[in-house]
Amino acid sequence: MSGTARPKVTTFPAPNTGGFAFTEENQAQAQRHLAKYPDNNKASAVLPLLWLAQRQNGGHLTRESIEYVASLLGMAPIRVHEVAHFYSMFNHRPVGKYFIQVCRTTPCMLRGSDELIAAVKDKLGVGEGEVTEDGVFSMREVECLGACCNAPMVQINDLYYEDLTPESLSNLLDDLRAGKDAQPGSQAGRAGSEPLGGAKTLTEVGETGVAGYAFANGGGVPDAVRQARKAEAEAAKNEHQAGETSGKGDGKA
Amino acid sequence: MILQDKDRIFTNLYGQFDWRLEGARKRGVWAGTKDMLELGRETVLQTVKEAEVRGRGGAGFPAGLKWSFMPKQSDGRPHYLVVNADESEPGTCKDREIMRYDPHRLLEGCLIGCFAMGANTCYIYIRGEFYQEAQHLQHAIDEAYEAGLIGKNACKSGWDCDIYLHRGAGAYICGEETALLESLEGKKGMPRLKPPFPAQLGVYGCPTTVNNVETIAVVPEIMRRGVSWWTGIGRPKNHGTKLFCISGHVNKPCNVEESLGIPMKELLERHAGGVRGGWDNLLAVIPGGSSVPCIPKPTCDDILMDFDALRDAQTGLGTAAVIVMDKSTDIVAAIARLSLFYMHESCGQCTPCREGTGWMWRVLTRMVQGRAQIEEIDKLWDVTKEVEGHTICALGDAAAWPVQGLIRHFRPEIESRIVNYQKTHGSRTVPVAAE
Repeated sequence: MSGTARPKVTTFPAPNTGGFAFTEENQAQAQRHLAKYPDNNKASAVLPLLWLAQRQNGGHLTRESIEYVASLLGMAPIRVHEVAHFYSMFNHRPVGKYFIQVCRTTPCMLRGSDELIAAVKDKLGVGEGEVTEDGVFSMREVECLGACCNAPMVQINDLYYEDLTPESLSNLLDDLRAGKDAQPGSQAGRAGSEPLGGAKTLTEVGETGVAGYAFANGGGVPDAVRQARKAEAEAAKNEHQAGETSGKGDGKA
Repeated sequence: MILQDKDRIFTNLYGQFDWRLEGARKRGVWAGTKDMLELGRETVLQTVKEAEVRGRGGAGFPAGLKWSFMPKQSDGRPHYLVVNADESEPGTCKDREIMRYDPHRLLEGCLIGCFAMGANTCYIYIRGEFYQEAQHLQHAIDEAYEAGLIGKNACKSGWDCDIYLHRGAGAYICGEETALLESLEGKKGMPRLKPPFPAQLGVYGCPTTVNNVETIAVVPEIMRRGVSWWTGIGRPKNHGTKLFCISGHVNKPCNVEESLGIPMKELLERHAGGVRGGWDNLLAVIPGGSSVPCIPKPTCDDILMDFDALRDAQTGLGTAAVIVMDKSTDIVAAIARLSLFYMHESCGQCTPCREGTGWMWRVLTRMVQGRAQIEEIDKLWDVTKEVEGHTICALGDAAAWPVQGLIRHFRPEIESRIVNYQKTHGSRTVPVAAE
């Protein structure tokens, strides 16, 4: 920083944390996150810390929790507020115990996400961003969640529930309300994103790759290494020969 | 040429096997990593250059060239590798599979990438919604530290390499590399003007390279199996294998690793169970994620799936997310939904994008019903051209292209809806560009 640079503006209203503070466990987590970033760039930890605050606060952020994060990071409260409002996963109003996010973007839409949205609204009697009266469910329409090969899908709290139909989603919600465990992932019996009914590729692949795969279990010499060794050997050989020929060449010249 | 299992890199794509370190080692991950690092920075860089690996995140920029933009010598500032795992392009779900089922392949690539660019620190920026994927990845990072594969003296190579996971919080725009860097610095994810490019001024004002997950993850295997193996797959300038995400109206949507340049028809019929109702029931395909224009069935009949072939068809390979639409699709509504997506995800920094995305969505929403005037189609086209190329980042282009694709190939469809609407509602009931 040159001598003429303006001093960093550090005057801003003191954060109003309103008594919000991290639990001890979250304090420790916060320290682990802070350790990832260079000493003078601690603002980088704003997203991880807001995540912790939102979780501790039961699924949404309050003004106090946001300003608490600002106080931890030494940031102007407004900077943290703007971050907290820019990213769509931070909630600023209470959400249900089960927060249902239905993907509505085209790949899901093509496979019936509009019916899922209608089914959820119909079953729970809630609209976009609303919480059921008992506080168990809330729903939101969201943009692409990145599980398009398993469309249509929803995210409930942290986990994805994929390959849904209005019926299977309805059953899923019944299970959740009854306090039963719901199995995340595909609801149509797929393990991941393989074609329904079993993968057509990777059939020859075992735990150690295809039969005869040179690098299984850490074995084999990488081709790049082999090429480099070959080139080195050739260079050494050429140098040797060049040494001999240049000796003769001198005589000729 | 159909890719055989022996040439597939992502052998745990469907999670058939253990994704943890033990399982990864069995599959050949971390095999000979130390030897590869001992080749030296220049040789590693040269290998990636010779393999002509084109970036797998959408733009298809050669990764080796991008790596070579990093300063050869540090001027005192640290170098950074940032892995873009903010996979949010509608239709795309490949990086997710890498991170939850083969995280060590990514970490090994991070180490090699860091080494080749003189970086000691790597941040993996994963989208916030990927909770399980982040857990797997963090577990893999912890395992790799424990085993001495990364961290101080990584793989006993003498190179220090720290890898940190950074979770986003739901913003498509953070998949744009400079927005990602802003977000990583703890700000709103608003793209920066380029130049300066990240290789000069990236995260924390230091030289930085941002690469997609898949790009980084294929590098170790290229070094192991050899450049000639990699360049032997695909077509000139379009080498290697690629993860294709096939979604929409196919019988069996799936992710699959195939050779670049596979004919689209073969890709869909061989791997995804074909188009619902048969090939002739196909209406259009968006071949590379929501940002590229759709192409109608006649073009799909013989198109090859690689960067150059699709560019020649006025579309793009993008992230190789193939969104298939059969004849039951309301194509105008499908594209209008994409416009809604871009309106939602515009960061609001540049006026053409902030205002244009919403305008395009509103006009398209009317056009779904036919509640528009014929001349508005041209107006809509003009607006897409006003947005395209007039914004800091490519989100403006990405919002404009799907609409252009719609008008280019399905103009008669829009016109007939307008005519039908006017027949029932009178011809001058809708003011032009009422938005």
